[in-house]
Amino acid sequence: MAGVGGGNDFQWCFSQVKGAIDEDVAEADIISTVEFNYSGDLLATGDKGGRVVIFQREQESKNRPLSRGEYNVYSTFQSHEPEFDYLKSLEIEEKINKIRWLPQQNAAHFLLSTNDKTIKLWKISERDKRAEGYNLKDEDGRLRDPFRITSLRVPVLMPMDLMVEASPRRIFANAHTYHINSISINSDHETYLSADDLRINLWHLEITDRSFNIVDIKPANMEELTEVITAAECHPHQCNVFVYSSSKGTIRLCDMRAAALCDRHSKFFEEPEDPSSRSFFSEIISSISDVKFSHSGRYMMTRDYLSVKVWDLNMENRPVETYQVHEYLRSKLCSLYENDCIFDKFECCWNGSDSAIMTGSYNNFFRMFDRNTRRDITLEASRENSKPRAMLKPRKVCTGGKRKKDEISVDSLDFNKKILHTAWHPKENVIAVAATNNLYIFQDKIN
Amino acid sequence: MANEIEGNREIEEATTEELQEMEDRVVSPEKAEEAKLKARYPHLGNKPGGSDLLRKRLQKGQKYFDSGDYNMAKAKMKNKQLPTAAAEKTDITGDHIPTPQDLPQRKPSLVASKLAG
Repeated sequence: MAGVGGGNDFQWCFSQVKGAIDEDVAEADIISTVEFNYSGDLLATGDKGGRVVIFQREQESKNRPLSRGEYNVYSTFQSHEPEFDYLKSLEIEEKINKIRWLPQQNAAHFLLSTNDKTIKLWKISERDKRAEGYNLKDEDGRLRDPFRITSLRVPVLMPMDLMVEASPRRIFANAHTYHINSISINSDHETYLSADDLRINLWHLEITDRSFNIVDIKPANMEELTEVITAAECHPHQCNVFVYSSSKGTIRLCDMRAAALCDRHSKFFEEPEDPSSRSFFSEIISSISDVKFSHSGRYMMTRDYLSVKVWDLNMENRPVETYQVHEYLRSKLCSLYENDCIFDKFECCWNGSDSAIMTGSYNNFFRMFDRNTRRDITLEASRENSKPRAMLKPRKVCTGGKRKKDEISVDSLDFNKKILHTAWHPKENVIAVAATNNLYIFQDKIN
Repeated sequence: MANEIEGNREIEEATTEELQEMEDRVVSPEKAEEAKLKARYPHLGNKPGGSDLLRKRLQKGQKYFDSGDYNMAKAKMKNKQLPTAAAEKTDITGDHIPTPQDLPQRKPSLVASKLAG
């Protein structure tokens, strides 16, 4: 069966899986964010333990031109640590909520990583030479007795084993009272925004002691609180435009040229709802968990609990495309509310050409939708299907009574195996899927 | 006689409402799920997206001491002895006034990520 994603007939195949196989998953190992850099050569993951692991793609070998380069560990570091705010009696988790790469400007790589309260700019640089032949110290670093030095020499740079160092260059702290859910780097490559439940701040990458508040939806009386900010993103090309989504299923587009405080939106995107179909769950499942602009900048995609919607920025009154991710869960909302799964925040992503979109589901299933052919596919990230270059078999959830062979019934789905974070290589059909504590990498095999 | 007729009319109306509800359940699985939830939790309010839910979300991470806990703790203290400091995190709230020594110190992971293994 043909796959989805490029228009051509191709199949998704297993490439790699990273992480432990143990049944007992340590909380700290749960992956909380996945992000390719602009070239796709680097893939960063953040976890609940505050650690960042960066993988680098190996150069393609001449022997096997059809097999793409593998991703291997490039650098790993502790980005955030657990903190306790004694003043507010607040425990601050070290979990990395988001990682965003900066476009590369020199030999070093830069990324922003954030937990609930603090954003950090990390510099990842390579060192492959070291100086040898110092005058004042030995090769092992001990200081030489000055009286023993009888001649002078010029130190020489000698090659050494590659060392990748990560160092925090900026720490952007104390600007958020509530929990940060998004960071997004502006197309000007100088500023970025950070969003928490009620406010959005604009920062300059060089300045850590000051940030501008550009959106504030905190009501004067907290009893009147009806919605919170769930995600925010800068427009990919227009540095004055950004969007933010809400827990009520609406998206606001703001223009920073209009006013210093963008409380008044320039555009308001909301799909009209049939009032007769409204239920207790309506607002909860309409809450948008992720918003992403297309690479073209013409569209944006939103993910709510049951569907993914594509919006044309020129049309505010309804989305241009709606894709059902797991509609069969609509008749399970009661139990999903009781076990809190209804509050799971799924992310979504575009492929490089904006022709396909991907999002996760339960039972380690993830879904891809081809916007041109309107075909969709459900695949599974599982160790059972992890032989090198093994083709992934499409999966199907059976909703009715008669379950066909190879189908899985809704009641057998494992709701603890959720795929919340996925990423698509910016140029190629290579995807990274985070399944709890394991990272799967899949790529296409052109037929 | 008139009462009887009125009584009959009421019964008819009730039946129409019930029919509408049944229709809703058949037509909308979401409404059926809502009915299930309300049956299990009759005290559930009608405004799910309202301030209660959101405020709970905003207060995530606030596990310990606040003025409400303080007052509760003060009241309980009169009757109860202080529990040992090894009490679980969840027990600290409301039972006694926590001090920095009581709070379990959360150390960062010393183990490297298994993804890098």
